[in-house]
Parts: sequence; structure tokens; C-alpha cells
Amino acid sequence: MGVFILRRVGVMILTALCLTFVVFFLTNLYPALEKLAKTQGNQRMSDEAVVSYLERHGHLQPLLVKYGQWLGVVPGHVHENPETGAITARCATRGMDPSEAPRFCGLLQGDWGFSTVFKDDVSNIIAVRLGLTGKLMFWVLVVMIPSALVIGVLAGMREGSRMDRSLSTFSIASTATPEYVSGVILITLLASSAGWKIFKGTATSAADNATLENFLLPVLTISLYGVGYIARMTRASMTEVMTAQYIRTARLKGVSFRNVVLKHALRNALIAPFTVIMLQFPWLLNGVVIVETLFNYKGFGWVLVQAAGNNDISLLLACSVVAVVVVLVTQLISDIGYVFLNPRIQIS
Amino acid sequence: MEPLTWTGGLSVLDPVFLLAWVALGIAVVAQIVATFLAAEDIVEHEVSASTRKMAEYAVLGVKIIAGLILLLILVYVVGGILMPTLEAKGIVGTVSTRLLPVWIALLATFAVSIAFKRRLGLYGKLFDSMVGMIGFAIVMFWVFTAIFGAMDLIVTHDPLAQVSGMKNKVPGTALPDVEGAFPYYLLGGDNLARDVFSRVVKGAWEVVKVAPFATLFAFMVGITLGLPAAYFGGRLDTILSFVSNLILAFPVILLFYLLVTPEIVQTGIPVYMAAVLFIFPIIFMVILINSRFHVQPVKRSVYLVITLVLGLWIYSGVAWNADPLGLIEFPPNLLVVFVSVVFVNSPTVFRIVRGIALDIKTRDYVAAGQTRGEGPWYIMLWEILPNARGPLIVDFCLRIGYTTILLGTLGFFGLGLSPESPDWGSTINDGRKLLSVFPHPALAPAFSLMSLVLGLNLLADGLREESLRD
Repeated sequence: MGVFILRRVGVMILTALCLTFVVFFLTNLYPALEKLAKTQGNQRMSDEAVVSYLERHGHLQPLLVKYGQWLGVVPGHVHENPETGAITARCATRGMDPSEAPRFCGLLQGDWGFSTVFKDDVSNIIAVRLGLTGKLMFWVLVVMIPSALVIGVLAGMREGSRMDRSLSTFSIASTATPEYVSGVILITLLASSAGWKIFKGTATSAADNATLENFLLPVLTISLYGVGYIARMTRASMTEVMTAQYIRTARLKGVSFRNVVLKHALRNALIAPFTVIMLQFPWLLNGVVIVETLFNYKGFGWVLVQAAGNNDISLLLACSVVAVVVVLVTQLISDIGYVFLNPRIQIS
Repeated sequence: MEPLTWTGGLSVLDPVFLLAWVALGIAVVAQIVATFLAAEDIVEHEVSASTRKMAEYAVLGVKIIAGLILLLILVYVVGGILMPTLEAKGIVGTVSTRLLPVWIALLATFAVSIAFKRRLGLYGKLFDSMVGMIGFAIVMFWVFTAIFGAMDLIVTHDPLAQVSGMKNKVPGTALPDVEGAFPYYLLGGDNLARDVFSRVVKGAWEVVKVAPFATLFAFMVGITLGLPAAYFGGRLDTILSFVSNLILAFPVILLFYLLVTPEIVQTGIPVYMAAVLFIFPIIFMVILINSRFHVQPVKRSVYLVITLVLGLWIYSGVAWNADPLGLIEFPPNLLVVFVSVVFVNSPTVFRIVRGIALDIKTRDYVAAGQTRGEGPWYIMLWEILPNARGPLIVDFCLRIGYTTILLGTLGFFGLGLSPESPDWGSTINDGRKLLSVFPHPALAPAFSLMSLVLGLNLLADGLREESLRD
């Protein structure tokens, strides 16, 4: 088990390195840098001015060197202006004398860089916004997982029954409704003058003070898309378990149906959904970005959109690190959890 | 002029229709409760006749009321076509009249398919399953709407034309000035005073022309890489699986933002990606033909030459926009969208194909093929692939739906397509800013997208059911 986890963590780090390098490459292409220089300097910069800006900030070094600097394994860029002798150093924080700046400043030193859009340290932004998204995600999971499991178990308990068919239709409908569709419909029905105005169509105020009124719709929108998929997986796993020999034996022994479902079938039927729920996280991340944009909730997804739209390199890299780590860690947990839940599987 | 009402001359039926919906709601709740109670009784061996009877009544009630609602909808649709004037037709009737070519095409498709269903293989079997038929009907409805819409048979106005005074007007509003134009905005106007109905119909074409092909390309890539990964295993498998996991670990939206922004397009990366991704269908076809006919050199050469000439011609036009004959051209921003959607989808297809192939590889008929001396590519493409078709066809349908959702997501974030494009995602994005005041411009495309994806899901469900029955 230990070796397995170690190996998985190794692969994980390799994947994270590859992915961040891809993001690094794509955000450091020359047109993107040019746009960055123009938004930071001014829109009518001449080509020479752009080049000198990029030179001063170390954007024109070879890609691998820049990547190393960002990681913190290569000394930070220091530029000395040949005419004025002014020094700009990557590692100098604002107001610090560039000559006193530390040599290394990267991810390994805990320095995530400086956001050009929000004018703040990336680590601060990410911490605050992740907290807000964490709140959203927590309520999504609280709503989504129990309802999905209940729907799936009820539907899979008796395959082909009327309840199965109506619940399955609901799950199919929910997987067919992406967040930007269900969000629009929910807002129209429950938060517009055309419908029944009991909730708020924006969740901006939920950042400080989340109430049912401003937070229910975003939570519901994300959960609705995920519920169907998890419920279908639970149903499939439940129907499979219900046809197993030991269930039949239990029934023939005279155990009541309720006890068969609750005590014999449920535990085994919940192994597969566990993996599915864990693998759902990348999709949830997707939903979070859409819903935060739709409801104007300023969390992680909103920051990601802002960073990507303005080519804020440090912030975008940090976002991708967080996203990739979330995805990979949930994958790891799903693998390990699967082994724990299912004793038949052994890892050599 | 007076605005159109929803149902026009058939509005006498409206109270009945509303009542039927209320009754349906009550009946469904009653049915769920009653069947639940009845089922509990069977469990505890206390079959009480009254609860079971109640459950049966509830089920019957739901069926009758649902039938009534369907009948009423049919009356609205057919009656709307038969009504003489636009005012008498109402919005529903006029829309249904505009959709007349679609209804005819749908009826023709169903009549022909049901008449010959025994000779049509899996496609014919689809017409044995109710769910499959409903799904197929919805999907074909949108396909026909898209095609006839692109031929300008359905749309009432130019989807880009703005008529002053029609900004955010509710459905059925009459145009202020009716010189030669269609006198009403059937589903209202959007925030730039364009006709919502025409935009939705044109938007269907945006989806129908991209989603199936993008999915097909993703399948070609996934199959061409997934089969050898499973069959040969070893280092090839390790590398390909690692790369596909790499792409899958990327949040889709981040990937879209990185690939579709104008700065990246300027560097030409999407074109190179297109060049790599679009070569796979040619490789696939060449291997397919070569492995089949390599014992008949004449046939093989003829087929290969035809495939290569056709394939490379289309390839040069689509991927490099350098068709020597100048016949094929692919709008650059559509190419970017196409490439990113294919890129996002192919790793998942790769995983599915690899999983199925790993399973089929251990079967006896594969071993028999190997002992007969069949080449590895022949076994992969002509022994394993045909036996994997069931799950792959089902996944294909599901994946078209997923691609539709992805395209909508791209539009929703305003990526790739031009801002004026009538595709559903962009239209929803336009409409969402004023959602709490004027919901109709966003609702129409939202419901369209939902129904199309729902149709594809139901179709996949029907296909799965029927292919399992084999």
C-alpha cells in the first residue's frame, strides 16, 4: 500500500509539472506577453517599448529558465538598466531595495508571484477566493450527494418499477441540463419579475453573508447537473448488487425487503458511487466557474475567468496549480478509498 | 397592431390545458405515494387490496391525464397549422406553421423507418423502444430544424437584423413597420432588437454542423490510439495513458481559455493542433483498408489511392485552409472551436476504447485470429472494433450531447465564435444580463439546448436497451 501511494504521488507530481509547464508555455507566448505589456504600460506602446518592458521584467528569457524561476529552482531574474543603472529584480517585493532581494523566489519558497490584474499577492487572492468557493462547494456536496444517493438507491432497488422509471427520467433530464441552462431557468422561475420573485438572481452578497435567499440558487444549479450522473451510477451499482446471489439467499431466508436493502445491499452498492463522486470533482470545478460567472459570486472560478481573460500569468498559473492538485488528489483518494472499501481488490 | 396571443383562436382550450397540468401534478404525486405504499405492503407480506387498488388507479390516472395533455398539444400544433390567419393561429400555431417542413420530414422519416424496421439492423430496433423513439424524434426535430433553417425555410427574419423599437419586446409583438417583412417577432426580441425565434433556429444549425463531426473526429482519434494501446500494451500504453490523463486532469474551461483566446490563435497553435488531430481519420481509414485488402493488391491500391486523394484534399482544406482546388474552406474561428472540442473529447474516448479493447482482447476469437496468422491491425480493426460497436455507438450519442454542452459553454464565455453568432451559448450569455427583467431571450435557447441534449441522452438510452437485448 505504501509503495502504491508513493508511486501515485510521484506520478501526480510529474503530471502537475507537465500541466503547469503547458500553461506556462501557453501564457508566455509572445502575443500574450505583448498584450500583457500593453495592459501594464499603455495601449499605444511602440514595439521597442514593448520589448524593453518585457526585457526589464525578464519575460524574454528562455522558457525553461523562466519556468525554473517560477518554480524557485533557478535564481530570480535581475535586470540592470545600462543607462540609468536602475535595478529591477523579480524577487524584490514592492518597496524593497532590489539589491537586497533574495536570490530565489518561486513556488518552492512559497512565493506565488504578484497578480497584475488585482494588484495583490497571488497567494492572498487564491486563499480568500478558495475559501469562498469552498463554502459554495461544501453546500453543493451537502445537497448533491445525499439526494443523488437516495434517488439512485430508490431507483435501483427494484429495476424496471414505476419508481425506477420516473426517477431515471429525472436523472437523465438533470444530466441533460448544463449549469448555464438550469441557472437561467431557475433564475427566471424563482428570481425574476416574470416568475416568482423569492430568491436573488445574484450571489455577490453571499460572500460575506450567505443566506437561503442569495445562496440557494447557485448551490442548486451546480448540484442539479451532478445529481443525475451520480444517481445513475448508484442505480447501476444498486441493480447489480440486487441481482447478486447473496441477496437472493437473504430474501429466501425470509429477511424483509427493507432489511435486505438497508443492511445487505446498501454497503456494497455504495462502493462504485464513491469513486464516481470523487471523480466528479473536475466537473464540479467546471460548474463552479460557470455558476460563479452567472451569479457573480466572486470565488475561485470567477478569479480564474478574470485571470484567463487578462492573461495574468502568475494568477493563472496559481489557478491551474490549484485546479490540477484538486483533480489529482481526488483521483488519488478515489483509488485509495476504493481499495479500502472493496477488500477484494489487492494491490501488489 | 395587436400583439399575438400564445394560442390564438384555440385559446378556449387554455383553461383545460392548465387544469390538465395541475391534475397531472397531483396524479403523479399520488401515484408515487400510492405505489410506494403498495410496494411496502408486498414487502411485508401484507398485501392489502385497497392500497394496491389505489396504486393502480393512480397509475391509470396519470396515464389518462398525460394522454390528454399530449392530445391537447397535438391539437395546438395541428390546429395552429389549419387556422386561417396569423391572429387566429397565435404564437404556437404560427411557430408550428413555420415548422411545417420539419413536421413533414419527421413524419416521412418515421413512416419509412417503421415500415422497414426489420431490415434496418440496430437502427430499426430503435423503433421497438419507446424511449429510443422519443429521443430519436427530438434529435431529428432539431436536425431538420437546423437544416431547413439553414436553407431559410423556417426563419422569419434575418437573425442579425435589428428592428428599431423591438428591443426586449415580449413574444408575439408586432413589428412597427411591416413593409414586406414578417409582421411579428414570434418569440420576442433580444437586447439588440433581433428576432429570438430566427436566432434560435439559426443557432440549431451552429450546433448541428459542429457537434456530430467534432465527436466523430474525437472517436477517430480515440479509436486509432486506444486500440493499439490496449492490444500492444507495454510502454506505448503507459505513454498514451499518461498523456490522456494529463489532458483529462486539465479543467476544461481553463483549457478553452488558453486555446481559444485571440493571442493564442495569432500564434497558430490551433492550426498545428488541427494538423495533428485531423490526420488521424486518414490514418484510421488507410489502416482499415490496408489491413483488410492487403492480400488483394489491386483492390487495396485502388481503395488506398481513392482514400488518400480524397482524405488529403479535405485535410489540406480543413486543417491548413490551403485547398488546391479552392472548394473547401473552413472559417478560422470555427476551426479553433472545433479543434478544442475534439481535443477535450478524445482522451475520454481513448479511455473507453482502451477499456473495451482490453476486455475483448482476452476472448477466444481473438486468440483464434492470432493462430490463423492475422496481423495485429486486422485483429484490432476487424475483430475487436466490430465487437465493441454497441457501447461505442451508445457513447457516441451521449458524447454528441456532451459536445453540444461544451459548445454552449464556449459560447457562454464568449470564446471562439463571433459575438454576433446566433449559437445558443452566446445567446444565453447575451440574455443573462437582463434575466430578471426580460427572461425570454435567454430562455428560448436554454430550452432548445436542454431538449436537444435530453433527446440525445434518451436516444442513447434506447440504443443501450436494444443493443443489450441482442
